Amino acid sequence: MPDPKITLAEVEQVARLADAEKEKMRRELDGILTYIDKLRAVDTEGVPPTSRAVPMVNVMREDETTPSCPREDMLANAPDPVGDLFRVPKIIEE
Amino acid sequence: MLTGLSVHELAGRFRRKEATPTQAARAYLDRITALDPKIKAYMTVTADRALAQAAAADARFQSGRPLGLLDGIPLAIKDVLCTRGIRTTCSSRILENFVPPYDATVVTKLLDAGAVILGKLNMDEFAMGSSTENSAFFTTRNPWDLARVPGGSSGGAAAAVAADLAAATLGTDTGGSIRQPAAFCGRVGLKPTYGRVSRYGLVAFASSLDQVGPFGKDVRDAALVLQAIAGHDPMDSTSVDVGVPDYSAELEGGVKGLRIGIPAEYFIEGLDPEVEAAVRAAVETLRDLGAESQSVSLPHTEYGLAAYYVIAPAEASSNLARYDGVKYGLRVPGARDLIDMYSRTRGAGFGAEVKRRVMLGTYALSAGYYDAYYGKALRVRTLVQRDFQRAFERVDVIVAPTTPGVAFKMGEREDPLQMYLNDVFTIPVNLAGLPGVSIPGGFTQTGLPVGLQIIGKAFDEATVLRVARAYEAATAWHERKPELTA
Repeated sequence: MPDPKITLAEVEQVARLADAEKEKMRRELDGILTYIDKLRAVDTEGVPPTSRAVPMVNVMREDETTPSCPREDMLANAPDPVGDLFRVPKIIEE
Repeated sequence: MLTGLSVHELAGRFRRKEATPTQAARAYLDRITALDPKIKAYMTVTADRALAQAAAADARFQSGRPLGLLDGIPLAIKDVLCTRGIRTTCSSRILENFVPPYDATVVTKLLDAGAVILGKLNMDEFAMGSSTENSAFFTTRNPWDLARVPGGSSGGAAAAVAADLAAATLGTDTGGSIRQPAAFCGRVGLKPTYGRVSRYGLVAFASSLDQVGPFGKDVRDAALVLQAIAGHDPMDSTSVDVGVPDYSAELEGGVKGLRIGIPAEYFIEGLDPEVEAAVRAAVETLRDLGAESQSVSLPHTEYGLAAYYVIAPAEASSNLARYDGVKYGLRVPGARDLIDMYSRTRGAGFGAEVKRRVMLGTYALSAGYYDAYYGKALRVRTLVQRDFQRAFERVDVIVAPTTPGVAFKMGEREDPLQMYLNDVFTIPVNLAGLPGVSIPGGFTQTGLPVGLQIIGKAFDEATVLRVARAYEAATAWHERKPELTA
């Protein structure tokens, strides 16, 4: 195998996959990253980055209080609500 | 048949009292019942709501006070745009039961214009794909050949218009997701300038590229729907506060003296000869109508796709972090701890393509690779944008193929990279934030539609639509319809 762009260890670092998925995903990502490598051929010396097509800086608005989404509407989609709260598995060790 | 009419034709019938919004809504709902089991364009049909909205429109016409040309017109919406009280799935298991508590701004605008919403349309999961094969639920069929894909990601939105299952639809376009399916389905699909249309309530994929736009049976319909959804929205700080012209008023202005650029880099190896012939014939047609054509160069075209597959996954990996099984969406039970809950939920909730892009984006943004991938891609994005700026110093619009080939067969493209190459001609337009439309540009010998792409200057949708309308009026490809029987 030629020098891979992405290793299994790196795939494991960015994702937690079932074992069966890992090598297929690594192979596909490797193919895409090899294609992306053509960017190296472009001379970008002195070229600034563009993160959005329409340049915009600090869009300001008046700081006014407006009604927000009612709490019961927000909780209506929650998979495991308790009263006014979202319940999650315990995150603090005893 | 009311379902065969365009939006502007149907609006005329309503005004002449030759038809009512309820009759139109019923005709479309009946056709959906009969035909959609074959086409599979709809994720959700909202028949009761549609009939209630149609009845309200009937009353406005009866009282002699209709709202505007979209009043009572049956439309449908890609399932990536939030609809209050109507589930919005993004064709993903993770949002299978998500019912938004609010409407996207574009949906509010359509409802305020009196439109009747027939339902929500299938797509590639989270708008990632070019065929609807990445939908977690089912693949939409191309109305011209049911063994072929309709394109994607807005495949349901394109197929619905092509099969007369809606008068017009809304889709979204991040790398070609309106224009490519419009090409494959032989209809008009417009991606507006980034910032022209509000993204509030559009479920985010790649926020610096996503834009909402219309599918229409013809150019006039696309202009009417764009008119209704365009404009600044305080709820989307990236929507731009510039005036919205009257798109319909300028449509029939013709192309005499207009300067058309033909980008040499779009006529490459791998371009279907029938597509190339159709585009070159289209340029001749526009010249016959009085336009002047010249060759232009967009030298960084071949790097656009590579830059996109860094930038879009990078933004997606960040945007999709919100699907954590806590506030809404799927949660897979039985987790040992919080991290295990995230893993189980996202593992079961996302399909292969979404996982692939989240991983790709996470990798490209990770320490050690950030500059080589993400930083580099943003600089190449600048070069792609400059290519267009230089070209538009000399021409008013650019005319090109929408896609390298016509609609392909379902299951034919298994390798993700081969699928990505479909979008090589549409992606640079998103990177530069420009408006682009795909219109019917003819048919292959086997009867499949070919898309013609017209790209304009930022915020100059009016010229793009004017050129599109001139070509459409001269060729009438849009009058050809697929043969469909229930």
